[in-house]
Amino acid sequence: MANKYWESVRVMLGGEPRKVEAPEFTEEAKTIHFYKRSEKLDFDALKLEARAHQKKGKWLKRRWSVLLAINLLFTVSFWLDIQILEGALTASRMLGFHLIDLNSALQVMLAHKHIIVNLFIGTGTVFVLWLLLGGRTFCSWVCPYHFLAENAERLHVYLVEKKKISDHTFHRGVRTVFWVLFALMAAITGYTVFETISPTGIVSRALVYGPGLALGWVVLLLLFEVFYSRRAWCRYVCPIGLTYGIVGVFSPLHVNYKLANCHHEGECRRVCEVPHVLDCVIKGRAPQAEMDIGADCTRCGMCIDVCPSGALKFEIKGLRKIM
Amino acid sequence: MTTEKKPAAPTGVVNKRKLEERRKFLRTMILGAAVLGISTLGYIPVASAWRVRMRPPGALEEPDFLASCIKCGQCVQVCPVQAIKLDDIDHGFGVGMPYIDSRKQACDFSCDAVQCILACPTGSLVYKKPVYMPSRSEMKVANPPILLAKEKDPEPTLNLKERTGLARLVRPDACLAVQGKGFKGQARGADFKGRMRFIEVDRWKPIRLSDHPFDLELCDLCVRTCPIKGAISLQPVLDKDGKKHMTPTVHEPCLGCGVCEMICPVEPTAIVVDARKGWSA
Repeated sequence: MANKYWESVRVMLGGEPRKVEAPEFTEEAKTIHFYKRSEKLDFDALKLEARAHQKKGKWLKRRWSVLLAINLLFTVSFWLDIQILEGALTASRMLGFHLIDLNSALQVMLAHKHIIVNLFIGTGTVFVLWLLLGGRTFCSWVCPYHFLAENAERLHVYLVEKKKISDHTFHRGVRTVFWVLFALMAAITGYTVFETISPTGIVSRALVYGPGLALGWVVLLLLFEVFYSRRAWCRYVCPIGLTYGIVGVFSPLHVNYKLANCHHEGECRRVCEVPHVLDCVIKGRAPQAEMDIGADCTRCGMCIDVCPSGALKFEIKGLRKIM
Repeated sequence: MTTEKKPAAPTGVVNKRKLEERRKFLRTMILGAAVLGISTLGYIPVASAWRVRMRPPGALEEPDFLASCIKCGQCVQVCPVQAIKLDDIDHGFGVGMPYIDSRKQACDFSCDAVQCILACPTGSLVYKKPVYMPSRSEMKVANPPILLAKEKDPEPTLNLKERTGLARLVRPDACLAVQGKGFKGQARGADFKGRMRFIEVDRWKPIRLSDHPFDLELCDLCVRTCPIKGAISLQPVLDKDGKKHMTPTVHEPCLGCGVCEMICPVEPTAIVVDARKGWSA
């Protein structure tokens, strides 16, 4: 068990997913892999059948609705003075309760080196919230930059398909290096350096307090992602994602993979922001019949939407046992 | 087995892959350097202090303020006159941090309780600095400041221990009082959007300055609108020709709220607030 969590963290920090050798597979997994190899024609027919009955975009609609609702709630709370959710994403008060973004709080604590009660309460509340809801769930369900980047990504994928541009990848480990460097810079310089360039903070404040020059930086990032490297900021730079990712390691909410249902078409990996977490869906890779997707997963549900056979599903650990 | 029959080593493939690996590594290094370079650019405007910002009441000393502010803008949201604005990215590390431009909209303590301090989640704005926080003696006010608007209340003082700046008559020659002139009309013209509260109108509802015209024989706007008791007064002085005239004089209770700077009807203003400047006798 502990091994599974360690592997999930290692991959999140930038390691390549470990290829489990067949002898380590469970008997159940071995059997499923065996039958998949033997019934090729039936298997192809199943694929087509499943594709024909696919429902589209269920989780995308839900997720965008939630994301837009949360961000607009910040905006209207201020503009209409209804005071439900005051502040911006870095720190806010929901009906009087302090909520503080974990990475912003970390930066402030490291730079300032003093923690007052409100900061502690707000950070604690948000910590528990995302511990339950899955850590990086913040990224795909709340972060307004994610929303912009997601749409820029569509353009990028389109341009790549048309062969107008080509995608450039970076080593994923660089995000871990950034996380450490930004933490060190905050602690050493006494300035919250990352907050200066954080597009999450910039977009969130722009939505509440009006646009400014800072949005120019966000536009540059989006252009970089459209024309040069797919989802570069979220994949290779953003320490917020890593902070929440660590919180989500032990979260009960995650995407669950069922080997028996999988047709190994790889659609899920194509739409995924963090495809390394879906390494187990590659044919012949899954060591167990059922697997939890790792901590770096943003729980965005794109893979679930695109999977025609229900091999990927949201799961709340423990809930199945209780029910 | 002869050497010729050995399958040719796929050197081309290996090299290509290695090359791509090397390219990727190089790209990653460049990305790292670029992001770090750009993020540290934010230090330039701060180090050069190209704009000395006046922070909201109760702000920590500037380095501590820059370290502790989480850039959420909750102070902006609670201010009844919306005196507090957030800085843009041209202020580097100060992006998203609150400041007050007194000439446009000063803090007139309309809220009575310095609500921005109450709203601050990180302790960047505080009623009283914790002992371990550095502070300067000239920023401390000698006595609890009395807010004229609640002078008759059981608790007339404002919960503030330090000033944010100090008012100063920068252009005495332009000052209407010094010239012995009166003032009639809207202090800052009809288009001015700044607001403040007037006790005689409505204690709880700030109104636009343009909705509150004055008719004064001798201009004393800075004195009559000052929200703090004993912070400013008109004092008689003799000029070099031996002629007596009145001049606005700032006293120790001044908190640097900036109302005098906002209301001064001459352009540019005759009186300003020096941000983060303390009192010296």
